[in-house]
This record gives sequence, structure tokens and C-alpha cells, in this order.
Amino acid sequence: MATPVRPTAGSPVPPAIDPVAIRRDFPILQREIHGRRLVYLDSAATSQKPAAVIDALAGFYRHSNANVHRGIHTLAEEATEAYEGARARTAAFLGAQEDEIVFTRGATEALNLVAWGWAFHHLRPGDAILVTLMEHHSNLVPWQQVAARGGFHLKAVPLTEDGRLDREAFTRLLEAHRPRVVALTHMSNVLGTINPVAELARQARDAGAVVVVDGAQSVPHLPVDVGSLGADFLAFSAHKMLGPTGLGVLYGRRERLAEMEPLLGGGGMIRQVEVERSTWADPPQRFEAGTPPIAEAAAFTAALDYLERLGMAGVAAHERELVRYAWERLREVPGLTVYGPGPEHRGGVIAFTLEGVHPHDLAQVLDGDGVAIRAGHHCTQPLHRHLGLVATARASFYIYNDRDDVDRLLQGLERARRLLAGS
Amino acid sequence: MGSDFYRENILDHYRNPRNRGHLDDAQIRHEDLNPLCGDQIRFEVRLDERGRVEAAAFDGRGCAISQASASMLTEAVQGKSLDEIKAMDKDDVLALLGIPLSPVRLKCALLALKVLQAGIYRYEAQQAGGEA
Repeated sequence: MATPVRPTAGSPVPPAIDPVAIRRDFPILQREIHGRRLVYLDSAATSQKPAAVIDALAGFYRHSNANVHRGIHTLAEEATEAYEGARARTAAFLGAQEDEIVFTRGATEALNLVAWGWAFHHLRPGDAILVTLMEHHSNLVPWQQVAARGGFHLKAVPLTEDGRLDREAFTRLLEAHRPRVVALTHMSNVLGTINPVAELARQARDAGAVVVVDGAQSVPHLPVDVGSLGADFLAFSAHKMLGPTGLGVLYGRRERLAEMEPLLGGGGMIRQVEVERSTWADPPQRFEAGTPPIAEAAAFTAALDYLERLGMAGVAAHERELVRYAWERLREVPGLTVYGPGPEHRGGVIAFTLEGVHPHDLAQVLDGDGVAIRAGHHCTQPLHRHLGLVATARASFYIYNDRDDVDRLLQGLERARRLLAGS
Repeated sequence: MGSDFYRENILDHYRNPRNRGHLDDAQIRHEDLNPLCGDQIRFEVRLDERGRVEAAAFDGRGCAISQASASMLTEAVQGKSLDEIKAMDKDDVLALLGIPLSPVRLKCALLALKVLQAGIYRYEAQQAGGEA
């Protein structure tokens, strides 16, 4: 394990991240792709997993596997402890209470749960829902679905020239439409823009809205405290933060969860069941019908341990430094356009296009060099339409990336340009 | 699929596409896109009196694989009957490209053939409707 120095209490300087040491903890990063060291620049899609997380997942099945709750045997108790322990760990990570943490199958399911479990029951026909133009489809499509069914209106906050939220338009839309829900991303998965959610949430809540934050890109990369964030709901996925697939988190303010209806009925979410009707368990169990992702939760605890040992302030500082370097280097490449704001307003995500080279071809040439990036619309078609593009190439960074990785990206881009742009 | 992915013949068709443009007197015209990446292909075919391809043209935008395979296809279908084109499948396209493809890139490669075959089916349906 990489063991960075812990900062002394109250230290303003986060501990330095050592990507080369960290890479040794990740078995997959020992791979070579087409004869080169794998440079993984696709963590915004999913992060890689350290051995500690993989071992925790397998360890659960090897030693403790049983179903949770109600079982009165040693394994069932261990499994329950692993599952509820993960909930407590997640709550502590976010500065939340344990009963404010609902486990879902991912951020997408968490956002759907808020749309259907809360908004559908509390909005009236004609009410407005405010989203933004930079939302991932998972924080847009559920709102479209629920709006169509409930007769609500959907409004979108436009963007500034450099890919940030238009604050004036946000204020105007709040006043003009008095939305009951404001759903926005904490960090764009394409532009990299970090939205000032704490300020926006205060403004939205003052205007009477419930605030739903998509934290899929922010919680893995930035220190996030739900108290200072001020949102009613926050959704994210374990697999983007060193954890396993199949596990997501919905944080919900206690009073909001209390007034939310379950989406799925079944075992574990009830208080009392009769043949014709049932009453619900209290949150969070009310929203966790069926056997939950127990092994995944156990592994997620290991992921949170790993991140906390590094310190989220250090993670954020590392990525800020890296994205600044990448941003400056990429802008030197002839014919290359970077989308989104300058490094002072963005996290570790950079989307770009290279003149004369389709993003798919770019990704393919880079793969030939062992560099993994993503190409496509990144589940943000309205944003790409706004940019006048069908696809972009995207590089995204995490704790195991360093300047060498950025340099490998640059070398691959140069090769792609020579090969395909014919210059 | 490393550096040799973009073989000389693929790059050649991408940079210097054959039969790119429009046919004024085409009987078959069809256009479609791959929603995943936005690759777009329009295919046009003029038939001779025996119902065989006399001229084929394409237009579109997208990645090297989708555009090169469209270009290659305009040459490969010369003189073929519509039934022969309908019988073509992914192996025929892969043979033209001369490389193996991952499932994702296969969609890029097959777009042109898909568009052409859909155009043929539409043309035949129109013909059948006209005669009925």
C-alpha cells in the first residue's frame, strides 16, 4: 500500500499524492497494452480498483457470505455488519447521518428514485423542474419521464461561452418559474466544470426548490460535505471512486427521505404486510427492497479507506495540478480545441477535438499506444448539440495518473494527427 | 488492433474517397446514422436495364472506418444485382477492410452496408407497391 504522510490536524497543505507508488496498488495498472505501460485516462467512466478493494470483494464471498438482516447465525451477523458498516462509513465520509444513506445500484438508480419516489408525489401539474444544459442523461432523462407523466415542465439553465452555468439565467429562471426541483451536476463529466453548488443550492432552496445534486463526478474527486453543500439529495456511484460496480449511494436529508415513496416493493422494505396492503419500513430500508449489494458494500468500505488515507483534499489538489498541466499542453497542439472553462473552474476531466480526426479514430490510435481515453457524446447529447458536435474525445484523471501519462497522451495525439489529419 | 489498425488501404480510402458525391439519376437513395458516434452515410445507386449496379456514390461524415468502408463498398458493388448486395454481410465488409474489428468499431464499418441494404429494401417495396 502507498502510505502518504498524514497531514497534521488543521494543516492547510494536503499530503502529496505519489501516483507511481499508488499505481503499484492497482493490479490492472501493471498491464501492458500493445506493448506499452497502460495509461488509463478514462476514470470519469469508471475508476480502476486497488488490490485492497478486489480483496475485500473476494474476501466477503470467501469468509462471510450470507444474506443481511434477520439471520441469527454468525455469517449473517458478519454480512449485516459489513453492509451496515459500509453505510456508517459512507455517512462519515460525507458528514451525513447513517439513516440518510440509501444504497442503490448506482447514481442512475438513485436519481430515478428521487424523480419517481419524491418529485412525482410532491409536484403538481404545471410545476417546473429546473435542470442544466450540462447534465448527464442520468440527471435529465428521469426528469423528462416524470415530467411527461405528471404534467410538469422542464427548464434548462444555459451555459456561458466558456462552459460554466449562466448564473444570471439561473436567477432569472428561478424567479420566473419558481421550480419545485432544481437538479444539477456538481461537476460536468465533459466540460469538467465544477459548479458552485453550495451557493446555487442556497439560492434554489430560498426560492422554494428541493435541490438534487448529481455527484457522480465530484464525490470521487473532491472533498464533499453534505452539510456545507446544502443539497436535499446527492447521488453518486461506488465504481467511479475505486469501488465495485453495482453499488450507488443516495444521500437524502432526513425529512426528505421521510416523505419519499419507495419505487421497488419486496422483502426488507416493509413494516407490516397483509394480503391486501403493507406499511413501509423507515428510511433507508424503505428504499432497499430485495437482497442488496452486500459484497459490493463491503468492498466499498475498502475503497473509502483507501481514499481517506490519501485525503480528499490531497486527491483534489493532485488532479487540479494535473489538469492544469494537461490543459496548457493540449492548447499547444495545432488544430486541437479544448471544451469547458480554464483549470481554475474545472476538475480532472478534459474533452477536446482534433481538427480532421474523428474522436473514434483518435481513441483507436491512442489505444494502439496503450493510452485509454473515451470518445463519443459521453451521455450528454444536449450539451454536444449545444457545442455543435456529435462527439468529443475525453481524457480524465485520477490518483494514479501523473505528468508522464499526459505526455503519453500528447505523443499519441501527435501520431494521430500525422496519420489521419495528413499534416 | 495496434498501430497497423489504420492500414494504408483504409487511410487511402479515407483521404481519397472513391465515388464521393451525388448521382442525379439514382433510383436508390438512402441515408442513416450511427447514433452512438454520429457517423452519417448517404448512399445512392443507379441501376442498369438488367437491374445491376451501374454507378454507386456515397456522402457522409464520420470516422475513418465508416467513411473508408463506404468508399470501398461503392467499388465492390459495381455490376452486382440487388439480391447479391442483400446477401452481403459483415464478413464481406471485413474482407474489404482487411482487419479484424471490435464490436464497437464493427458498427462503424457496417454502417454503409446497412444504409445501402435498407435503401434497396425501400426501393423494392416502392416498386412492388407501384405494380400492385
